[in-house]
Amino acid sequence: MALNTAPNIPDPDGFYAELLNAHDGLSDDDSIALNARLLLILANHIGDRAVLTEALAAASKGDT
Amino acid sequence: MPLDDRYQLAFKLYPYERSTDQDASAPVRHPVVVVGGGPIGVATALDLGLQGIPVVLLDDHEGVGQGSRAICFAKRTLEITHRYGCGQPMLDKGVIWNLGKVFHDDRQVFEFNLLPEQGHRYPAFINLQQPYFERFLVDRVRTAQAQGAPIELRGKNRVDAVDVLDDHVILDISTPDGPYRIEADWLIGCDGASSPLRKMMGLDFEGRVFEDNFLIADITMKADFPTERWFWFEPHFKSGDSALLHKQPDGVWRIDFQLGWDIDRTEELKEENVRRRLDAMLGPDVEYELVWTSIYRFQCRRMKTFRQGRVIFAGDAAHQVSPFGARGANSGIQDVDNLGWKLGLVLNGTASESLLDSYDVERRYGADENILNSSRSTDFITPKSKISHVFRNAVLDLAEHHPFARPLVNSGRLSVPCVYDGLPLNTPDALPNGPARTRPGAPCPDAPLEQGFLLDHLGGDFVLLGVGVDVPDTISAHGLVLRGLTVPASGDIRDRYLGEAPGAVYLIRPDQHVAARWPAFDATSVPKAVARAIGKD
Repeated sequence: MALNTAPNIPDPDGFYAELLNAHDGLSDDDSIALNARLLLILANHIGDRAVLTEALAAASKGDT
Repeated sequence: MPLDDRYQLAFKLYPYERSTDQDASAPVRHPVVVVGGGPIGVATALDLGLQGIPVVLLDDHEGVGQGSRAICFAKRTLEITHRYGCGQPMLDKGVIWNLGKVFHDDRQVFEFNLLPEQGHRYPAFINLQQPYFERFLVDRVRTAQAQGAPIELRGKNRVDAVDVLDDHVILDISTPDGPYRIEADWLIGCDGASSPLRKMMGLDFEGRVFEDNFLIADITMKADFPTERWFWFEPHFKSGDSALLHKQPDGVWRIDFQLGWDIDRTEELKEENVRRRLDAMLGPDVEYELVWTSIYRFQCRRMKTFRQGRVIFAGDAAHQVSPFGARGANSGIQDVDNLGWKLGLVLNGTASESLLDSYDVERRYGADENILNSSRSTDFITPKSKISHVFRNAVLDLAEHHPFARPLVNSGRLSVPCVYDGLPLNTPDALPNGPARTRPGAPCPDAPLEQGFLLDHLGGDFVLLGVGVDVPDTISAHGLVLRGLTVPASGDIRDRYLGEAPGAVYLIRPDQHVAARWPAFDATSVPKAVARAIGKD
């Protein structure tokens, strides 16, 4: 399975609001930690090693 | 307090004239008084006046204030004004646009096309300066008056005090000729976000303050920008934290700059400072003239309830949103559309006062939807914490290459009318496999007929619409006479009103919202749905 980069989340605005609400009131360090936990949970859910490698590459490319 | 103008007029439309009420020995009673001569107040007067209901509108100025202000008018607003008989001049004057571009820094992130669905009389949006919108409404009031509509617009009539009683309201009014007093069976407050009426009644108006300032500059220029909506996040030209460029009629461009919270208003509004920001954005060689500048802040808030006995609030007086998504004036016009027929039925005795509670319920539901959408846009455009800023920019970075991130980019979710899902006037959906977009509570989508459009035939009164099913020409129910309308089940009408169903019968409210639908005509179901739709059930 290849990395899906097509829109795949129903109610994108609702999701985005929920994501930011989870960070509401956290310190920067706590936010970083929350993001790390969330990433690991989602990575485990995906499970497919090749997809995770592709996702890492896509995210790293954005860091320019 | 002297009766001085608080702002300059773009058009003087209802100069002060002495009313016979001012010479009456006792306060004259009117069925409906509207406070506020902005777009919502004038539309309210027009809706009621066209029904033959005498209405007096009071405004403390003599016309429309300067400044483009609301500039994006949505399809639903145009459909409603079409019903009032002034949609066409709006469309003729307005600028139609479909393409939007989103930039971050110096890169285009993506572009979107509104891709308006075909088969509608009106486009998804037009851009039109608010003073024109208001003038076309007042022009329509004048032609309606000439045809006998009992509307009175009273300029330079400022309401200074109200006494709200159980079955009427007493109003104390200032004029250039001194004070006078009138009474109203019903008072409609359309006096804007800072509503003096709301304050006089001591009513709440709570919500979120967004700590940001936006500079608006309307300019005319010869430069050849296309008719598109351009939005910059963190623009490379550094004129603001975000910027917007949008075309209006008369060769005018709306430019918005996000300035931040801690600014010196007077300093920022100085022409040299406005020009410094514009020059950075447009480049040194573009000649332009400043038409209007303003700095605004906003809040997202609403009243707890829009009805207080005999006083009803509409538009910004009842609810205020951020400008992102064009949900202010557009939602106010939907308030008017919702209120007009209900008040009409209460005044002529067909429905009881409790029908007006459904105005409160339905339009609060609409206001909450608008506040939610415009708050989310604002949170995206003006991130208020480091982490929300990080996420926002991550979305923008990814959106350039990955389609999945584009639906997350939020520079304003453009106004669409809400569906009154699950609210009391609806009869539960009885059309198996009917399209979701025309479920009970939804506004009727337009569709072409052999001659004209479907919406030309809906609205103003209750209609029983047969799609591929014959319905009687008239049906009497609960003191109402329904108009029957049978249309063939073909083309866009089939797609929008039948889906997989072979035929359907729709009960359509006077505001063109669906009240009920069935697969066939049933003489016992229709009156029950009518009773429910007018609050008798």
